[in-house]
Amino acid sequence: MREKISDWGNYPVVQADVQHLRSPDQLSAMISQTPEMIARGLGRCYGDSALSSTIINTRTYGHFISFDEQRGIVRCQAGVSLEDILTVFVPRGWFLPVTPGTKFVTVGGAIASDVHGKSSGSFCDYVVSMCVMKANGEIVECSAAEESEFFETTRGGMGLTGIILEAAIQLIPVETAYIKEETVRCKDLDELMALFDNMGKWTYSVAWIDCVARGSKMGRSVMMRGEHAVQSDLCDTRHQRHPLEIKQMPKLNVPMMFPGFALNNWSVQAFNFAYYHHTPSGIHEHIVDYDTFFYPLDFVNNWNRIYGRRGFTQYQFLLPMSTSYEGLPVLLEKISACGLGSFLAVLKKFGKHNTFISFPYEGYFLALDFPVTKRCFAVLDELDKLVLKYGGRLYMAKDVRMKPEMFFKGYENAKIFCQRIQTWDPEGTFRSLQSKRLGMHDERNFK
Amino acid sequence: MKTALILGAASDVAKAFSKLLAADGWNLVLASRQPTDIDALAADLQIRCKGTAETVAFDAMDFASHAAFYDQLTVKPDMVCCAFGYLGDQHQGEKESEERRRILETNYNGAVNILEIVAADFEARRTGTIIGISSVAGERGRQSNYLYGSAKAGFTAYLSGLRNRLYPANVHVLTVLPGFMRTRMTDGMSLPPVVTASPEQAAAAIMKAFKKSKNSVYVLWMWRWIMCMVRNIPECVFKRLNT
Repeated sequence: MREKISDWGNYPVVQADVQHLRSPDQLSAMISQTPEMIARGLGRCYGDSALSSTIINTRTYGHFISFDEQRGIVRCQAGVSLEDILTVFVPRGWFLPVTPGTKFVTVGGAIASDVHGKSSGSFCDYVVSMCVMKANGEIVECSAAEESEFFETTRGGMGLTGIILEAAIQLIPVETAYIKEETVRCKDLDELMALFDNMGKWTYSVAWIDCVARGSKMGRSVMMRGEHAVQSDLCDTRHQRHPLEIKQMPKLNVPMMFPGFALNNWSVQAFNFAYYHHTPSGIHEHIVDYDTFFYPLDFVNNWNRIYGRRGFTQYQFLLPMSTSYEGLPVLLEKISACGLGSFLAVLKKFGKHNTFISFPYEGYFLALDFPVTKRCFAVLDELDKLVLKYGGRLYMAKDVRMKPEMFFKGYENAKIFCQRIQTWDPEGTFRSLQSKRLGMHDERNFK
Repeated sequence: MKTALILGAASDVAKAFSKLLAADGWNLVLASRQPTDIDALAADLQIRCKGTAETVAFDAMDFASHAAFYDQLTVKPDMVCCAFGYLGDQHQGEKESEERRRILETNYNGAVNILEIVAADFEARRTGTIIGISSVAGERGRQSNYLYGSAKAGFTAYLSGLRNRLYPANVHVLTVLPGFMRTRMTDGMSLPPVVTASPEQAAAAIMKAFKKSKNSVYVLWMWRWIMCMVRNIPECVFKRLNT
């Protein structure tokens, strides 16, 4: 059925034929009849990576298949969401080793984007094996040991190697559903980066950064770091009695699109000022439930509507360790000077990571949300030049506007990636608006 | 632990409702014409819940088998949810008696036949809940689906009569009136998003209505008002409308 559809950034809005995935047989029939398609789960990527003329909605393919209680490995269909996994397994003492800032992401989408979060690994590090349907209708069971080339290319491969049907994921044991959290207020970027470099034992860390502050205040920020709480950390007796259960909090909802003028430099500055000064100076420790720590924005349904009808995009770039100290201040200065205004700006240091095509590797990444305007795209093109100069790259799951050059220069394996997907899918059945925009199917770019 | 029997467990609404029941601690008996189709669902529910999830074969059109089907259940259910249905093809049904029969018999005769057997058991045990998934299509016949609609109208009336009969026996009968739903039944149909429910929304509405012992529930609140208007359009006007 043709319907109007867009992803989380509400830009672009396209007409697409949406088909619901129900069985491998039905999927192979669709593949043979459809010139181009892409899989889409809950549509939480920001741009056009899950949009195509035909969209395969995988949410309807969402069963748990098995659970190994001893080793903590869950096998499930691609449409199972991270929320499903947490709801079922946290009460039994298991947690996701890596989770992005929302739990409304499907397993298939998390693998295709190789999502990352507050820990120093990425989601695909914990994918034990998976089942993918290729363009010829064949189902490939792959893992690090079996069909390893296909496996590594599918991890972070943006759904272009095939449609992920099933995956087995390693969970980690936890004693409680709570996180011991510390907030640390930092007055500038140097202080913050020094803090990241001396993280010690902390498993989770991320910093909110005031991207409008300039001069000596540039990089003022609040770092949040956390660790899974053990039973003895819980002081509330109700929590001690039910350490693995959390109370569902009521949710807020943004019922409609905000008008365009609601978001401007003044409101962004006011928000950033208030947020920074709301946090007490120094180090503060508290116990919070995992939802509050990992998914604060999930408490507000449809928060993307505050950006209004024109939509928004996220600019998320990663700089390698060697250039971060020089590059980050330059980029931050440029961002605060351009005055585009971003409510959400997040800085994070990522650990050592071996990857073929996925986004994360060792270095610092910064993520900023911008309302979509013509001027915004022009400014981001300027930022692209700086990111490339410092040897960085952009996160494809959040992208809606980068140019082919940015992709082919930023990702060192880009050409091999495109060659591989062409070998497996010579007709180019699996295409998204993004893969076409980035010229991933155009031989001139990669031969 | 209580047991729920889901008739037509392969339907999307039944699947979503089964997940809620599983999370709520129910044992589940999943009945479907092709039990192999719901093996994956049973495995999923087994992982989600502390109780059990088993599959059994059930054919709504095979009336003669219904009594034996209910008898062979080792544990008699505390809740029966009748979720099967067949939308069929109205135009084909106007021409071919086989399609006509299938629409009418699946949605009405089949449902009534099995629920009478369940009702007798619940009445004798003086306990239980019967949930019937009917349709707003039963509230007024429209040229586009009056075969399906008339069978659902009969089913709605049946459920209200059954509720009346079983009230003294402390048996709860819930009529569910979904409007448009995004399910396998409506795959490929163009539905207005604002008044179209997801199976998960439907399941949540059914669960809430069950817990509050409601008599009937519209899956989306708008449909109560939409149908109130539709029912009140004078026939002399309605027959001229292209609906």
